[in-house]
Amino acid sequence: MADLTDKDVHEIAQLAMLSLEPAHAEQLRVELSAILEAMAALAAVDTEGVPPMTHAMPMDLRLRDDVVAPSLPVEVALSAAATRADDCFVVPAILGGEA
Amino acid sequence: MSDICHLSLVEQARRVSVGGATATELVEAYLARIDAHEPKVRAYLLVDRDGARAAAQDLDARRARGEKLGPLAGVPIGLKDVLVTKGLATTAASRMLAGWVPTYDATVVERLRAADAIILGKQNCDEFGMGSSTENSSAHPTHNPWQPERVPGGSSGGSAAAVAAALCSASLGTDTGGSIRQPASMCGVVGLKPTYGRVSRWGLIAYASSLDQIGPLTRSVEDAALLLELIAGHDPRDSTSVDAPVPKYRAKLAGGVIAGTKIGLPREYFADGIDPAVRAAIDRCVAALRDAGAKFVELSLPHTKVALPTYYLLASAEASSNLSRYDGIRYGARVEKPGATLADVYRDSRSAGFGPEVQRRIMLGTFALRAGYYDAYYRKAQQIRTLIKRDFDAAFTQCELVLTPTAPTAAFPIGATTTPLQMYLGDVFTLACNLAGLPGLSVPAGLTPDGLPVGVQLLGRPLEELTLLKLGRAIEERCAPSPRWPSLGEEAA
Amino acid sequence: MTEPAPLPTVLEDWEPVIGLEIHVQLATASKAFSPSATEFGAPPNSLTDPLVLGLPGTLPAFNRHALELAVRLGVATSSHIRARSRFARKHYFYPDLPKGYQISQYDEPLCEDGALDVLVGTRRMAVRLQRIHLEEDAGKSSHEGPVSHLDLNRAGVPLVEVVTAPELASAEEAAEFMRSLHRLVRWLKISEADMEKGQMRCDANVSVRRRGEDRLGTRAELKNINSFRFVQKAIEHEIQRQIRILEGGGRVIQETRLWDAEAGVSQPMRSKEDANDYRYFPDPDLPPLVVDGAIMGAVLKALPELPGARFERYHTVLGVSPDDARTLVGERALSEYFEAAIAARRADAAPQQRGRAISTWMLTELLGALNRTGAEIEASPLPPRALAELVDLIEDGTISGKQAKEVFEACYGSGESPAAYVEAKGLRQISSEPELLAVIEQVLAKNAKQAADYRAGKEGLFGFFVGQVMKATEGRANPQLTSELLLRVLKS
Repeated sequence: MADLTDKDVHEIAQLAMLSLEPAHAEQLRVELSAILEAMAALAAVDTEGVPPMTHAMPMDLRLRDDVVAPSLPVEVALSAAATRADDCFVVPAILGGEA
Repeated sequence: MSDICHLSLVEQARRVSVGGATATELVEAYLARIDAHEPKVRAYLLVDRDGARAAAQDLDARRARGEKLGPLAGVPIGLKDVLVTKGLATTAASRMLAGWVPTYDATVVERLRAADAIILGKQNCDEFGMGSSTENSSAHPTHNPWQPERVPGGSSGGSAAAVAAALCSASLGTDTGGSIRQPASMCGVVGLKPTYGRVSRWGLIAYASSLDQIGPLTRSVEDAALLLELIAGHDPRDSTSVDAPVPKYRAKLAGGVIAGTKIGLPREYFADGIDPAVRAAIDRCVAALRDAGAKFVELSLPHTKVALPTYYLLASAEASSNLSRYDGIRYGARVEKPGATLADVYRDSRSAGFGPEVQRRIMLGTFALRAGYYDAYYRKAQQIRTLIKRDFDAAFTQCELVLTPTAPTAAFPIGATTTPLQMYLGDVFTLACNLAGLPGLSVPAGLTPDGLPVGVQLLGRPLEELTLLKLGRAIEERCAPSPRWPSLGEEAA
Repeated sequence: MTEPAPLPTVLEDWEPVIGLEIHVQLATASKAFSPSATEFGAPPNSLTDPLVLGLPGTLPAFNRHALELAVRLGVATSSHIRARSRFARKHYFYPDLPKGYQISQYDEPLCEDGALDVLVGTRRMAVRLQRIHLEEDAGKSSHEGPVSHLDLNRAGVPLVEVVTAPELASAEEAAEFMRSLHRLVRWLKISEADMEKGQMRCDANVSVRRRGEDRLGTRAELKNINSFRFVQKAIEHEIQRQIRILEGGGRVIQETRLWDAEAGVSQPMRSKEDANDYRYFPDPDLPPLVVDGAIMGAVLKALPELPGARFERYHTVLGVSPDDARTLVGERALSEYFEAAIAARRADAAPQQRGRAISTWMLTELLGALNRTGAEIEASPLPPRALAELVDLIEDGTISGKQAKEVFEACYGSGESPAAYVEAKGLRQISSEPELLAVIEQVLAKNAKQAADYRAGKEGLFGFFVGQVMKATEGRANPQLTSELLLRVLKS
């Protein structure tokens, strides 16, 4: 496993919405590279034809009846928001596209 | 130490029910112990003195009116702070959730309240359950009651320490890769991770959804059996909760017969890397059980060595997804500098809100789920997870349960572990259980020569918690640490 | 830059390739994964619950009715329906997406390989559907100067996303596909599909290539085209834009463009391409979604005859003209009225005749009256049974067509049964030969001169005699019989 590059770390941080100071980014690069090196052991395991396991217990999805329960009062829904106005959550302007 | 606080939970509830003690006396006794010892242990993030006292008064009034109380009558219980409590701040030991007061109760909290338990407070842990020492709490580390300069284990370290120090009657923790069993081992208490799906996760702040389970940390196996019985069972709000009847674990515990029980000893768990003192304690436990008539079979779980990277990959990937919701918009800490754009608010809030280990795992998980890497990492790890599960399926054709050390070492000093990988190695014996979805129990099996507790781990077939509890009780009777409880530097009244 | 050549000319050289992704809200009472309500137009943030807010510790539980509606659409489009499909998480950060991921379906969708019949002009085409999958909607943001406001009422509302094969060849085909899908989901009561309420939304992937070229051109994704008219305009505009770029020697950039309906142009969205890695993985909170016999049985039991099949039957069996048949199946309620009226007709009505008169009366008189009074067909003052009765009265000669209009107007207003009205008003047509002959004898006797003139060759007077008979019978004389008898008497 090749070490992660600065660019890798930057791209991952971008996807994860984390802002990293340069020193922190470098520290993470070294740590994650070491962790990924340990993960190279995975590649050595023969998994030909082995199904992936997503759930710890095999079961089918149970379905919920389409019954409405009372909603949270608006006041409660908004109670933990840092910024709000006109019964809405507020964020800096969304400039089109995904942030 | 024959004070009311060290009585078993079962006995405390019995006394409150029949009037031998009041709930208020019980709560006050624990609050007094908290006053005396919490500054040394620091197990709590929040002690709900007013709430606990009010609940106790209410219970005592109901009893005075002649009402029959529930099976946990008046018992003060602590909760790991990843369990959501209505009206009581819940932080997951993260700055991200500082000050968040939930508007709903976790299913287990509802069930505890319905059984007339009293919620005493919220207990410290590694942030979002990510860690093995409780040093990753954003608030403060917790100290091991046996030797305060040592960690209590983690991530449910506050819960384990509080139970060991009798700062609550029992606690509920969560276990994603060993986070109940490993601190239970290091603090000398009983810790049970139920079968995946046995206990509803509704209201458990998710770390890794396919691995997380809630379970009890208690001072006796019987207490664990009773708590499990009361919190287990199907919950339509959790689509992964198992729809199967819940046995009367406590009542059935009594009929435990050890003679003839077939116990597997997986050789991969007894290889290099175990502290000799831990090894010696486990050997004594095995000998005691053999004397009692248990049959031991040596067997192999061949994929044990890749369980660790498999676990960290899957858990981190799920964590990176589960923690995407923390953006400072609807709740939680928000950092908004003047002139900040939306993306700035996201990044600044998340970078300030999450601690280093959480950020590390988010980064690792995000890496593993990227389009070009998914098959080589995430999917590969899921396939190996299948192989690990198959190892256990094969093992359980030869034995009823598997016995291993819970952790390779006893409690280590605070600050001693320097790299993430070194810390991850501490979970090496516990995490396969979560990958396979099995129940796992850690029971105290004596002390090291240095006076630190050692736990023995029992792993069972899915939904066979009772088998674990029965054997756990046999171990409890034969291998209890002496002294049983830490002195905390003074004799309790 | 020179003016672009008109579309028909450039299309001799260029071939557009269009694929559509259409989101349709499922008509459930509660949300996809939690029990808050799905109403439209409620006050902001009044329809939330802990899951919708993405609160820590919450978990999804899927709505059975959403599954039934999606399977209904799958069956109606002859899709392959997976016995076990899977929910996956699609990650991106956006303030209207509370969990930071959308629960959707990825590599194991509910439905695949379906088709939808579309009529373009007079050409019928089966548009292939790559997939239909389930997902949850996001909330809504509105822009208020330097900030945006978020309303999460819509967050978590169940959707299906219908994805066509990239094989639509014109903006017109795309618009017709939208119309057909719209009609179908309304027909099946899968969705209200009110586009103004955002209950049906369309994104289009558009590329062009030189005719004869195998390779697809670079595509642009058009978002936010939410009316039939905009679909057509936006796609036409995009085809022209791309042709203009390519003919100018440029390259089309793969990008997402937002249609601005007011300006009639599209603008590139500010989106970082490198941030578009959704990191899909199977949702660990949701075990596999199973479509078992019980679900399938419930869906098939509730599945009405589809518009295509009804069109065929109306046209070939019931004698309805193709145009009228198409109108009748254009809306479920109209078709249901027609079905009820047909069922209420007299048993001995000839099959080929059963439908035609009903459809004519429905589509002219009834729709006209409904329009005038502003009533919906479901609440028509004249029930289907009454319309059938009216048509029966005409066809058995009890009343004339002219009388029928009067009866219709009266009964539409009063809700009275046509037969009862005819009886009460004595409108019954005179169709008895002796009775009519007696009247004719009287009329001829009274107008002997005109009778003589007629017989002398002034045949133009025939209408005059018919009029006199009608006058004498107050319009009740059977017109056809009157003519026959008059001719017979005058020629004798």
